[in-house]
Amino acid sequence: MKFHGTDSYIATDDLLLAVNSAITLRRPLLVKGEPGTGKTMLAEEIAKSLGMPLYQWHIKSTTKAQQGLYEYDAVSRLRDSQLGDPRVHDIGNYIVKGKLWEAFESEQQAVLLIDEVDKADIEFPNDLLRELDRMEFYVYETRQTICAKHRPVIIITSNNEKELPDAFLRRCFFHYIRFPDRQTLEQIVNVHYPGIQSTLVRSALEVFLGIRDVPELKKKPSTSELLDWLKILLAEQVPPESLASKRKERALPPLHGALLKNEQDQHLFEPPVRLRTSGY
Amino acid sequence: MLIDFFLELKKAGIPVTLVEFLTLLDALAQELAFGSVEDFYFLSRLCLVKNEVYFDKFDRVFMAYFKDAASLQEIERKIPDEWLRRLAERFFSEEEKRQIQSLGGLDKLLETLKKRLEEQKERHEGGNRWIGTSGTSPFGAYGYNPEGIRIGQETSRHHRAVKVWDRREFRDLDDSVELGTRNFKMALRRLRAFARTGSEQELDLPGTIRATANNAGYLDLKLVPERHNATKVLLFLDVGGSMDPHVEICEQLFSAARSEFKHLEYFYFHNFFYEQLWQDNRRRLDHRLSTFDLIRLFSPDHKLIIVGDATMSPYEIHMAGGSVEHHNPEPGSVWLKRLLKHYQKAVWLNPSPRRHWNFSSSIQTIQHMMDGRMYSMTMEGLSEAIHSLS
Repeated sequence: MKFHGTDSYIATDDLLLAVNSAITLRRPLLVKGEPGTGKTMLAEEIAKSLGMPLYQWHIKSTTKAQQGLYEYDAVSRLRDSQLGDPRVHDIGNYIVKGKLWEAFESEQQAVLLIDEVDKADIEFPNDLLRELDRMEFYVYETRQTICAKHRPVIIITSNNEKELPDAFLRRCFFHYIRFPDRQTLEQIVNVHYPGIQSTLVRSALEVFLGIRDVPELKKKPSTSELLDWLKILLAEQVPPESLASKRKERALPPLHGALLKNEQDQHLFEPPVRLRTSGY
Repeated sequence: MLIDFFLELKKAGIPVTLVEFLTLLDALAQELAFGSVEDFYFLSRLCLVKNEVYFDKFDRVFMAYFKDAASLQEIERKIPDEWLRRLAERFFSEEEKRQIQSLGGLDKLLETLKKRLEEQKERHEGGNRWIGTSGTSPFGAYGYNPEGIRIGQETSRHHRAVKVWDRREFRDLDDSVELGTRNFKMALRRLRAFARTGSEQELDLPGTIRATANNAGYLDLKLVPERHNATKVLLFLDVGGSMDPHVEICEQLFSAARSEFKHLEYFYFHNFFYEQLWQDNRRRLDHRLSTFDLIRLFSPDHKLIIVGDATMSPYEIHMAGGSVEHHNPEPGSVWLKRLLKHYQKAVWLNPSPRRHWNFSSSIQTIQHMMDGRMYSMTMEGLSEAIHSLS
């Protein structure tokens, strides 16, 4: 069982090695990288290419580790007891399974995505150590231990907003997705828009890489933004020549809204505003 | 097997552990990287390095360990950066490429490189013998020789480089601020003060019991908003001049504080407080906020954290017109007193070592003005400061 990338996802050799090692050695794979380099997509593509079910656990600032395992819905049990519902005698009826449990229970090996783990509280990863290590946890309410039938392939993504604890890192493989080089970018574009005119792609890539090189940028445009931009360029049928002229000077490219998401960044590309206009 | 490599990594300051090393051996036993140095490089990095800030270090150790360690490091130290700066690039035709002969194995290259280094004394470009850029000599960057050693080149031009771990690929990441902020965050946590505001999402247990009892035993749910950290913090940072050596630790504190507090406002000052503060160092001249406005804008329940080395001439504190940057109509001490009067909870964090404090009169003056609430910017000092704030 080996991951080779898919027709809609270009994976570099080192990324392939990372994913395959994680699958073989059954370790969670922690993926970091600039926003928009396809971290979340990776899990979806692995699931698709290996034919595994995918469970996605998106982390928010209020997410607790326990929510990934299970939650005991005491309130609905109390309500049912007052209504005389017979379900109330079995506490198991009120245990709501979390994503981790679902992935553990899957009949075939599954892919579990823990997305943006750094959004949660600083203690969050520590609360999952044993679960990720042993792939089992204990349900106090029903006094049973849940073991994974097949160790799921776990992909964890992080945007570096918080530092992760060492004990957690020790249990993971770590891969940093670098921003793709020109060749890989061209491959990525070809995969997403097969019929696109090659001159347009070349000019667009040049403008795009030129923008990324501007040192003062607050947020550099990423691969996913490049793809969005190309889509609009195609839809608007912008001729490649109009891009070529923008390469030299720092002028705003057409439809720049897809690339520059920050007002200050856009100002970097505009000609200096003249303060004293006539009649002032 | 590979134990020396593991120890080398540890010596270089990369936090590797035995468990991770055993994982790597396990991976090798399963033949995940069989017969390819490049695969082994990626696999060992995958298993051993857990933060991209260490990639640069790892690359260097890897290079040193697997390619005749000592001599390469030695060479690296000897080559002045200036020689290798990119000036021009030469493009060779296919024919020229074919004409270029390789010099021999890597060992021989290193040997020769060392010899050349001893002979060569100046920066060199082009040509086919000396170390420099754009030439056909096997040493240097941006040129062509199929068996060359690349020194200080950012990208692989001919996709035939001997090594993928060409140093400095991850140079930019090496100064990431995030490193080491965890301890700061744990300390800042103690400043948390929870308050319930916003939409009602959490079950209010006492309220529910009371309401249910009132309702003759039938369940009546009561909800309350979730708790949020309601601490408000004003952070004042000294920039420029004598603060330059402390930039790193200030960045760490700043990064930790920003992710910990939702209500954090930060302002910069230079040496001491006067009529104006600013938020953007690049535009400090045209985007300033008057200190009076600041006092009116932010309520007294903000906690004030001042970061500065408090080292300056006494005039800058006590005299009108004493500021090093502009003419200040009122002395700085008046401004500090105004701030302290408005914000009761305030501390001064001083990044310079505590043992130096007695030798600077301005530090003692400010320590006195702060009623002793000046703390050193270490974990210990920060804990004390937080204690005094909460």
